[in-house]
Order: sequence, then structure tokens, then C-alpha cells
Amino acid sequence: MVKLNVNGKTYDVNAEPDTPLLWTIREHVGLTGTKYGCGVAQCGACSVHINGNLVRSCSYPLSAVKPTDKITTIEGLSAKRSHPVQVAWAAVDVPQCGYCQSGQIMAAASLLKKNPHPTDRDIDEAMTNICRCGTYQRIRAAVHMAADLNTKGGRQVATDELLNHTAGLTVVDAGKV
Amino acid sequence: MTLAKKSPKPASASRRKFIISSAAGGGMMLGFSLSFNAQALENTATQVSKTGASGSGAELNAWVVIQPDDTVLVRIARSEMGQGTLTGLAQLVAEELECDWKKVTTEAPTPGQNLARERVWGDMSTGGSRGIRTSHEYVRKGGAAARMMLLQAAADQWKVPVSEVSVTDSVITHSSGKHKTTYGKVATAAAKLTPPDPKGIKLKDPRSWKIAGKSVKRLDTVNKLDGSKVYAIDVKLPGMLLAAVKDCPVYTGKLVSYDESKVMGMPGVRKVVRVNDHTVAVVADTWWRAKKALDALPIVWEEGPNANRSSASIAEQLAEGLNAPEAYAMRDENDALKAIDGAAKKIEAVYSTPFLAHATMEPMNCTARYTADKAECWVATQSGEAALAALSEESGLPLAKCDVYKHDLGGGFGRRGGSQDYVRQAIAIAKQMPGIPIKMIWSREEDMAHDFYRPISQAKMRAGFDANGKLVGVHLRVSGQSINAFLSPVPLPGGKDDRQLQGYYKEPGDAQLGYTFPSLRVEYAMRNTHVPVGPWRGVNTNQNGLYMECFMEEMARAAGVDSLEFRRQFMKDFPKHLGVLNAAAEKAGWGSPLPAGRFRGIAQFMGYGSYSAAVAEVSVSDKGDLTVHRLVSATNCGHAVNPDQISAQIEGGIALGLTATWFGEMTVEKGRMQQSNFHDYQMIRLAQYPKVETVIVPTYDFWGGVGEPTICVVAPAVLNAIYAATGKPVRNLPIKNNKLVA
Repeated sequence: MVKLNVNGKTYDVNAEPDTPLLWTIREHVGLTGTKYGCGVAQCGACSVHINGNLVRSCSYPLSAVKPTDKITTIEGLSAKRSHPVQVAWAAVDVPQCGYCQSGQIMAAASLLKKNPHPTDRDIDEAMTNICRCGTYQRIRAAVHMAADLNTKGGRQVATDELLNHTAGLTVVDAGKV
Repeated sequence: MTLAKKSPKPASASRRKFIISSAAGGGMMLGFSLSFNAQALENTATQVSKTGASGSGAELNAWVVIQPDDTVLVRIARSEMGQGTLTGLAQLVAEELECDWKKVTTEAPTPGQNLARERVWGDMSTGGSRGIRTSHEYVRKGGAAARMMLLQAAADQWKVPVSEVSVTDSVITHSSGKHKTTYGKVATAAAKLTPPDPKGIKLKDPRSWKIAGKSVKRLDTVNKLDGSKVYAIDVKLPGMLLAAVKDCPVYTGKLVSYDESKVMGMPGVRKVVRVNDHTVAVVADTWWRAKKALDALPIVWEEGPNANRSSASIAEQLAEGLNAPEAYAMRDENDALKAIDGAAKKIEAVYSTPFLAHATMEPMNCTARYTADKAECWVATQSGEAALAALSEESGLPLAKCDVYKHDLGGGFGRRGGSQDYVRQAIAIAKQMPGIPIKMIWSREEDMAHDFYRPISQAKMRAGFDANGKLVGVHLRVSGQSINAFLSPVPLPGGKDDRQLQGYYKEPGDAQLGYTFPSLRVEYAMRNTHVPVGPWRGVNTNQNGLYMECFMEEMARAAGVDSLEFRRQFMKDFPKHLGVLNAAAEKAGWGSPLPAGRFRGIAQFMGYGSYSAAVAEVSVSDKGDLTVHRLVSATNCGHAVNPDQISAQIEGGIALGLTATWFGEMTVEKGRMQQSNFHDYQMIRLAQYPKVETVIVPTYDFWGGVGEPTICVVAPAVLNAIYAATGKPVRNLPIKNNKLVA
């Protein structure tokens, strides 16, 4: 029996030491927001925070987790989706199928904690999770927006980011051709 | 995505057979027919059930349920896999219903409910970019009929003519100003009225839309932000056990034996199951334990004669097809062979594109439960009814004793369409453990090894020019595998398979070639392999668009004409193709100066009833490293139901197209796929994703698809830009296998 602190709650887990943290969280703790994508730390769908650090939980064995470690999953990131990253994700309508987005949001939250106002290059380097639907442009816009919400606290700034994001889209009534 | 039709007919045929099909492993087809009355579908605006799908609220018709608190439940028959159809269909219903958009929510009828109500919700399958374009009319009529009944109920209550009653955002008022009510208050009375004749329902002019046609936010975002959305892989049922499966790594190979004594003592393991004659599963109390035991299970396979197949031998087989004397000629206009033979100058180029895996982020999975009188599954599927058919066939229970509970998909891209192989596996396991729900999950490795891949092909492109450099003829031949030959029971004599020539059609409306050449011959040489193939988002437009549009670049260079101008010469008969080409060129600033080292490429192509064009801006470093800086795309899908979601689909299509162009290939060695996970089947990441700009140029005179059409112009636009940068064409995908030198 292993003690696990997930989202501020302690769980007694009966799993083998080589069980990946991902499957411990999904099958023993019972939280399924953290996703299985590859099992080899390539895609990042399984991203969680351990003591505030971003970890790809599919490749992190239970034996490496200490009882004092504080694990945060997508379910514990905020109350009622209030984290600036979640607010920005909704404003930009980032998700398509949504399967990778728990991991994307956890990666973005981790980036902003370390670097409250990242440049495009910082985002390139930090946001390496795979999204097969191809939401990358919106992820970038939403990270910038979340940074603005975080550091300047201004709705107006966020609105400007949204306008920047949508500036790429033009609809022209072409009439009959 | 069952059988492709070159020009899909609208639902005008009074009665046709709708084939619900599901292909078993090895390409054997099992299928059966359900009657599908197209006229009855037209009447869905008037069909009411006392029970409804949800059982709460007043059902006005199959599409609209209204609850006393004014909540509007819109029924969505199509599957949602990220493409946004759920929101778009709800917009169309709400537009005609004139309800308060803020009070709209959705629910999905099950395939079993659809069957029980004589398919009142019509075709539930979701593929071929058909989600909106083939159901817009009957869902809008559903909204309009419900509005008419609600207004009539209010008029009856107030004893006034219905012509004096109007509605805005679910609030009904009388012209006198004396009466006011809401949809929720009159819904029960309205549901008892005789529905209007659907033929007499007049739909709004799309140019006057207020809810549809607008970039409203998706309805299905909230639970994707906090992990609360339950995908099929997240399903939990009381007493559930988990299964990990392994299919023979060589397609057409067989399972001989396994030694379960080696794993039965491992933690949590409950049973080892022979799933079918080529698949074995381990069932345990957690998936991780099942997978560990499966990895440890000694298995003997009979790999069979295909174990000696390789990418090299398949390439030889296809190359033979390029030069074989016999091939199916779908188009032969003005004797192109003779014109090219007699031409002063000839050019020829051979291109190739590989097998591609779908690699949805959510691996294949299905939860199934079997008892003697009920078979059920919880599953992510693009075709709930094909899943129902698979469940029935594999369980041996009649359709009426089966049902499928659809979960939104963690990616589809064609993988979760007609075949439903994973549903068959899950119920086959569950059948051996009656009463116990079994959640079967594929590892990523299993998912990569057992797909229905984008078919492999090569193309030989030839053109002739006269002494003045004027084009006299084009001859193209595609040699490669056929999706229909693999999936369909229909014989294809002489390799006659128009679907593999998608995008080169003469007929307008679906995937028409947008050029009139002085002479043209289009051929297909069917060369099938043992590797399973199927529709892969964009299907055959992707490689066919590449072949045509990259060769257009080569022809333009041979003629010494700018690539945009060269195309325009042949597009006089194709104003819509030309419209998007011009829109992309204008937005991208085609012909304007670029920073040093940057180059542009352009392409246009048609698929799924929509017109697409793109301009790419790239640079290639001294070391041969590619950067795609900017990608401008233009699309005409006729009507733009939600412009921001159209843009999202185009942004996504560009990611999928760039991944395929840059990195995508599944190679074969010893009869099996060599790539196993994202380390050797790379996906584009955020850092590599270009700045994408989208121009939508709706002409409001047709309904085109959105999910797939753009992908086919991504590869040629990028490859043509690389040609401009390096002076050398890239003819074999993926780009990563080519040495790019500036």
C-alpha cells in the first residue's frame, strides 16, 4: 500500500511499484482527466504537476513518488475552471476533440508559473505536447491571453489578444460566381 | 465513409437501401441492409414520439425538445470528434426555431433508438465531411416546424390568428402587446398539434441568418477544460474488467497458440482470451496489469506468406503498375497520348506517397457487455449504426437486442468509420465473460500496428508542349492500392475504381478537376497489397492533389510562366476553383517581394464539395532545414455556418497535412509495420506550426464540406515553395527522407 497525495487528498493505493503514475491516477485513484496517448513521454497527454513541476506521468513509476509529493491533475488545477489558462482556453475556443487538452493546459499552467510573460519562442520551447487536431495556433494565442490575464489582470488586454487571434480569419461574401 | 460516390445524389430517390457495413479483419465484408426511406427523412420534421430520446420535456419533433424552463434540447445524430458539427447543427436548428441560443443544449439519440423509430434521425455516420452538408435541410425544417407549432399553440391560447404572433429568442408576443409567453410555457400544448407539411416549410435565406452564419462559441468546450469529459476510454461500470489485446503483427497471419500458464499468476490477471483466429487478449482488474501480462504472454503466430512483404517489394509492384500496358482510363479527352507523342517538348515526373496511420490521440478502445439477451457497447465511433451492426453480428443477437452508447471521439480522421474492428474485438471478449463489462484498450503500439492506412500510391505525370511552349496535353496515371477493393464487397472489374482518382473528376459538384487542358488522359492501375487500407481524412484528394498541383508547378516552369498565371490559363470554365485561388493569392500577396531566403508555393484542388487553395511561405537553410513560415488558405464551402469553426478545421487540416508532408510514413518490413509510436511516427509540434491565415469566400449557392477539403492543398503548396527555394522538386513524401539543399 502506497500513500499518494493527489489534488490535496490522500489516497491509499495498492499498485505495483513499476505502475506508471498515469495508470495509478486513472485506475487506482479514479481520476480520468489525465489521458493516455503514447506511454513513452512523447505526446504529453498525461501531463501532471508534481510539487509544481511538469511531469509526463506515463513514464513516471509509482516507486519514484514520495508520500510527501503533492500531485496536481487537471481536476485539481483550479476551482470551477478559473485558472487563467482555462479561462483563455475557453475564450479562444482552443479544443477540438479535446483529448490532449488536459495535458496542454497543465503544460501551459506550468510554463506561466515559471515565466509569467512568455515570448513566442518561449512558448515554442515549452509547449511540446502533440495535438492531432492541430489546435497549435489557438494554444499560442491562449497562452498569451492567459499571461495577460495573470500579469495585467485586464480583460481589455485579453480582448485585444482575442482580436489579434481572429485577425487571421476573413470572410468575404463572394456573391455568385 | 462507406462507398464513395463521385457525385453524391441528394436524398431525392424515394427509397434506397442504406448499407450498414462493417468489415471484419482481413478485408472480408459482412454487411446487411436496412431500409432507408429518404422521403420519410424529409418528414422527420413532423415525427413525434411520446417517449423521446431523453424522456423529459415536450418533443416537438425528432430534432427539438423543449423543457418548461425554456431549455431547448437539440438532438444531434452525427458523431462529434472535434470537427464542431454538433455546434453547427444546433445553430441551424436554433436559427429556424428562433430560440434563445443561450438556452440551447444538445443530446444524442442512440443507434438503437434510431432503429426503433424507423431511422427518424437518418444517417448517423460521420465521415466524408457530410455532417452538415447532407443534413442541413431536414434539421432546419425540424427547427422551423417546431417554431410554427409553438406559435400556433400560443395563438390558440390567446384565441388570435397565428399571423399576429411573433417570436424573438424563445419569447412569443402578440402584435397588440397584450400577450406574452415563452416556448417553455406552450411546448406541451404545441407538441399535441398536427405538425405542418414539411413540403410547405419555407426556410430562411442564409444571408439573413442571425445564429447560424455566426462565429458562436462551441457548445462542447467546458468539460474539455477540467478533465470532466468522459471519453470512451474513461468509461467506468460496476464490476468492470480491463482487456489488453494483441493482433498478429503480420496482416492475414494467424494466432496458433499461447501459454497462459505463464501469466495467470500475475497480479490482477483473470483470463486469457482467444478473441478471434488472429488476436489474443488478457483480461485483468486494471489495464496496466492486463498489458503487462500480455507483454509477458508467450504467443505463437503463423505469419503466413505475407511475412516476406516489404516497402521495397510494394514499391516495385506499384512501379510496375505505372508502366503496365493495361490501366483503367477514367478520362480520355482529345487523345492526350497522341498529342504528347507528337509534342516538341515533353516532361515527365514520377511521384510517390506512403501509407499513413491515423494516430488519433485516443487509441482504439471499446467497452462491451454481453448477456444472453443484450449486447451493449460504450464506444467512440464515427458510425454508431455500423457499431450496432458489428455488435449484432459478433454477438449473434438481433439488432433489437443491441445498443451502442456513443461517446465523443478523441479523434477520428476516418479510423473510427465503417470498419468497427475494435467493437468486434470488445464484444468477442465480453461474450466469453457474460455479464461482466469489459473495457478493451489498445496500446499506442497496437494502434499503430493495426490501422486501415491511407493507401500507398505512385503517380506518373506526363505533359507535352508545342514549339511555342504551349501545353498540348496531360497524361497521368496513378498506381496503387484501392480502398474500395479492400473494404467493399462490390467487384471492381478491370480495376475500374473512380474513387482512387478523387479530385480528377470531370463532373461538377464533388471533387472536380479545375482545369481544361487541350487534351487529358487520367488512368488508374490498381495494385493491392496485404496491408489494410481505408479512408484517412481527405482520403484520395490528399495524394491526388499533390500529384496534380506539384506537376502544375513543373509544367509552369517548363512553359516559363508564373505558376499562378499558368493555372489561370486553364481555369476559365471553373470560376469557383479560380475564385479561391485568387483569394489565396491576394491574401498572401502573391508576386510581392519577400524577405531574403523566403519563397512561395501555390496550389488549388477540390474535394468534398468544397473549393480550396493555399499559398505557403518557406525557407530552407544552408543545412537543408525547412521552416514553414506562413500558410494562407482560402475556401469556398458554399455556406459558412460557423466561420470560426471553419477556420478551426482549416487550422487543423493544415497541421494534419503538414505532418503527413513533412514526417508521415508507415513502412513495411517482414510483412508488418515498422513504426510503433510517436518517436518514429512524428507529429508536427507547436514550434513547427506556421502562421495560418484563413479566407472564407462563401458563394451561398451550394453546401460543401469543411473537415477534409483543405488538407489536399497543403502538401503541394509547401512542396512548390521548396521547389522555388532549392530549384529542385521533391517528388517523394515525406520531406524528411529528402535532402533539401538551397
